[in-house]
Amino acid sequence: MSHLKIEHIEKSYGERSVLKDVSFSVQEGEFVSLLGPSGSGKSTLFRIIGGMTAPLSGAVYLEGEDITGKRGSISYTPQSPSLMPWRTTLQNVLLGQEIVGKKDEEKARDMLERAGLKGYEQAYPHELSGGMKQRASFIRSILSPQSLILLDEPFSALDEFTRLDMQQWLLSIWSEYKRSILFVTHNIEEAIFLSDRIIVLSDRPATVVKEFNIPFDRPRREDLLLTEEFLHWKKLIYQEMRVLNE
Amino acid sequence: MGKVLQKGWRPFLVLVLFFIIWELCTKIFAIPGWLLPAPSQVWLEAIYGWSHYTGHIFSTVQLIIIGFTVGSSIGVLVAVGLHLVPFLRQAFYPLLIVTQNIPIIVLAPLLVIWFGFGMLPKIMVISLVCFFPITISLLDGFRQADRDLNHYMLMAGATKQQIFWKLEWPNALPSLFSGLKISATYSVMGAVISEWLGASKGIGVFMTLASSSFRTDRVFVAILFIVTLSLLFFLVIVLLENMVIKWKSGKEGDNIESP
Repeated sequence: MSHLKIEHIEKSYGERSVLKDVSFSVQEGEFVSLLGPSGSGKSTLFRIIGGMTAPLSGAVYLEGEDITGKRGSISYTPQSPSLMPWRTTLQNVLLGQEIVGKKDEEKARDMLERAGLKGYEQAYPHELSGGMKQRASFIRSILSPQSLILLDEPFSALDEFTRLDMQQWLLSIWSEYKRSILFVTHNIEEAIFLSDRIIVLSDRPATVVKEFNIPFDRPRREDLLLTEEFLHWKKLIYQEMRVLNE
Repeated sequence: MGKVLQKGWRPFLVLVLFFIIWELCTKIFAIPGWLLPAPSQVWLEAIYGWSHYTGHIFSTVQLIIIGFTVGSSIGVLVAVGLHLVPFLRQAFYPLLIVTQNIPIIVLAPLLVIWFGFGMLPKIMVISLVCFFPITISLLDGFRQADRDLNHYMLMAGATKQQIFWKLEWPNALPSLFSGLKISATYSVMGAVISEWLGASKGIGVFMTLASSSFRTDRVFVAILFIVTLSLLFFLVIVLLENMVIKWKSGKEGDNIESP
């Protein structure tokens, strides 16, 4: 059974159709990327999965249960790290658990340590670097009780070097905690490097154009980015997306 | 603190210069004391008459503290109420602004007619000038909560109550303190105005007595006290703010002025 299943989602704002017959699924423990141009209705899709907006038609299933229009079933990580400036790092990563009601401070401290944030537990977000904030934001998601994580272009604001580090780190954390991840990005390279599967969305109205299964073995290393095969995949997907834009 | 001294000498110097010119003018043009006393005269009056003033100051300070507490509590309650109940906000927000358009000088005598010469009308005057800045700034603070964070909280399944206490309230705290700072200085004014209307003690009473008997030096002493009190109250709020808001980054304030 798939972990998350999106079935024939339609959404429009007035006359303008935003999502058109969007269907796809995420398997248990799978890393799936949604690839599409900016402003192609991806955030609307996230709002629907998160239960904040109701679709015109279609349904969202999580572990077989209909969660259309129900909040609190998935863990969302916004584009900006979105840490609360008045909370320390430790308090921030515990927020997701706090909302549901049970806190596990031990585990939080442990995870912070492994994310290289030891010694920063009592620091406020303005004292952290961009990458550190992003890591704290992930830890918050992973500590949350929800088993599916939505990541909304989390690396788009980082510089190239930090981004590579963060991608590696994300993969290692993911392989350890085996959560299902739905990752939104407009960066082809990033999508190939991270995912098991890439779903290409078209532009306005968004609909699923194509799915790619990425065959690279895990754990993946940085040098993968320079291999012939990687470039081949990049070309393939790039062409697919160029066709879309024309 | 070093920074305060470093930057503080400029306005201080201007003030000192101003007093020197004032002093010289009264001497050179031989202005009579009842018209414009020299700063030195005011200063002497303040020191020698100190025992005479303490009672008045104490009474005013008491009035300010009670009025300010009542006023800011009302301000906070009104803001929270208006924020949480959209219907109330739509209904009362415009009326709130109207309350600020009625001059307090006009309203105050009416309050005395209705409620007598006791504490009540005075506290009402102070509360009326106090609550508005707090309500408005708090409402702004609630509304300016980060959208991404709000999004996050909603997706995580937070209740309205959780969103208020974990996101909107802490987010509004800096705004609350800017409101409190404005109100703190207003409350001193409010107290003096309310005392003009009828009280047995207080800086306002003392001021009316002094001006009606042409003791201009004493009027200036009263002004000196009012300014000092305003500054003190302001300072107390700033100290409280620094204690409560520990998360403010150095970005704000530090880099705004460079010499």
